[in-house]
Amino acid sequence: MHPCPAHTHALHSTVTETPVITTTGLTKVYRSRGREVTALDGVDLHVREGEVYGVIGQSGAGKSSLIRCVNLLERPTAGTVTVAGQDLTALAGRGPRAGKELRQARSRIGMVFQHFNLLSTRTVQDNVELPLEILGKSGKERSRKALELLDLVGLTDKAKSYPAQLSGGQKQRVGIARALAGDPKVLLSDEATSALDPETTRSILHLLRDLNRQLGLTVLLITHEMDVVKTVCDSAALMENGRIVESGTVTELLATPGSELAAALFPVSGEASGDDRTVLDVTFHGDAATRPVISQLSRTYNIDISILGAAMDTVAGRQVGRMRIELPGRYEDNVVPIGFLREQGLQIDIQGHAPALVKEGAK
Amino acid sequence: MTWSEMQPLLEQACWDTLYMVGWSTVIAVVGGLPLGILLVLTDRGGLLQNTVLNKVIGQVVNIARSMPFIILMVALMGFTRSITGTTIGREAAIVPLAIGAIPFFARLVETAVREVDGGLVEAVQSMGGNTWTVVRKVLVPESLPSLISSTTTTIVALIGYSAMAGTVGAGGLGDIAIRYGYQRFETELMWITVGVLAVVISLIQFVGDYAARGLYRRGGQSGAAPRLRLLRSRAAVNSGSEASDDTDSADTSSEAPKAEVGKVA
Repeated sequence: MHPCPAHTHALHSTVTETPVITTTGLTKVYRSRGREVTALDGVDLHVREGEVYGVIGQSGAGKSSLIRCVNLLERPTAGTVTVAGQDLTALAGRGPRAGKELRQARSRIGMVFQHFNLLSTRTVQDNVELPLEILGKSGKERSRKALELLDLVGLTDKAKSYPAQLSGGQKQRVGIARALAGDPKVLLSDEATSALDPETTRSILHLLRDLNRQLGLTVLLITHEMDVVKTVCDSAALMENGRIVESGTVTELLATPGSELAAALFPVSGEASGDDRTVLDVTFHGDAATRPVISQLSRTYNIDISILGAAMDTVAGRQVGRMRIELPGRYEDNVVPIGFLREQGLQIDIQGHAPALVKEGAK
Repeated sequence: MTWSEMQPLLEQACWDTLYMVGWSTVIAVVGGLPLGILLVLTDRGGLLQNTVLNKVIGQVVNIARSMPFIILMVALMGFTRSITGTTIGREAAIVPLAIGAIPFFARLVETAVREVDGGLVEAVQSMGGNTWTVVRKVLVPESLPSLISSTTTTIVALIGYSAMAGTVGAGGLGDIAIRYGYQRFETELMWITVGVLAVVISLIQFVGDYAARGLYRRGGQSGAAPRLRLLRSRAAVNSGSEASDDTDSADTSSEAPKAEVGKVA
């Protein structure tokens, strides 16, 4: 858990309600030697303009298939993909080859990769110029744009270097500069930080965040690291076995009782110190997070509150988090204080009571 | 046989060999490069997946490669005559040499191009590049060091084949070694010829390696010269296999050694 002061000072992202990436009933079935493997099972994804959307899940959950289906590097078996108002699945045609229209649409979607995928025989600048070559831009225009982008990612001095001479983080910066060459509205990030160390990961994520704010770039990223979601995402979705199990803005998820994603983002632990104790998980989000409710509770009801564990953070510029507290007495004795907390707009999960049921229901 | 007798003989033979091998190499590269690339593209999971075409090309290449060169030369006589107007001499030898070398080179190209990281192809596709762009901007440049090594191997193999071209009166170093050295018991001349061949082959190998290594040093990642390959084989295997299928797993280990070796190289 690390607070990210850079966020709080930077511009807020300008998320609008316009959907930029929409998938409906996206299904991908791989067939090999008569066996069928369902990688995506009816995925509905809604990414709004200007947000950083994180899809998290374990290996094999279908995240890679999902992001590859968004620009149709993988042909979905069923379902539709709409990016910036354009139905890509309709452009795809029937054959396995991408037609001209699909290729044009792809050039307006940037993509960064886990293993950077830079051409080793080209310099950094030439790598960034590659998409512009494909777009048929003139030499002068290409080098102007490439240098501008390298400046944006902070690699002006490496323009003439070869990828092999760069560190992992620098390579990913080149990858990002290259992805931005076609002035995309959307950036797809396929585990862009998974091959990087934590420090470099943070700097790359901050770069993505800054680009999101400066350029109004919509970012769809997939990752298996909760920290990535926590650091940059406005919204997140949890994938399991080719399905999206939970999704929403980070604040919404936090407000959802029994949300697995919220529990993973803000893990709290701690056992009751005795039998006659009530353990509560208090979730702070929205306005309630700014009020000193715990001390109010203590004063109003004259009870001693111990904090067993807490996970607070700044998500999307707001103070959010969860806290596990212990009140003296059994649940029955604490109905009134709990009612007070609920009145304050806080979400309360009572450990050993309702939450277990809710959690099973959510699954 | 005195040196003054041998010298013009060897000189002529050298030129004959270079002439035959030179032209047939050019033709083999022009013909074999697209064929090798096509073998990769039409393969299962390739950009132009076409199993039937792939099998057909593969079989033709196999049959052509399994033919002993001397048989190929005889079998192609009619074809040779239709192109060069004769079945005798240097020009006539170029035709079977080139045709024998095309499938040989094509297989080498196929191996070299297959080594290119699939992620790079994906990257270019994601930028909106078509198959031709992928070939031009990724497959060929990224496998260039390997392609140069393959060309070197092909030239050396062609020098070997060209020894048999003597049977159609094409001359060349191999022909001298057989006709004068072996059949007329001019042992001295035979050894000299073998020596000259050794020097020529070493020279070609050296130049080829130097060129491939020079490119490798510049680029430093895929398509390495064989000697350097060993050092970084693990990293290459890691990134290659992961790019091809689900890229979910994290792989922090492969990056560090890659960069290291790149710098050393």
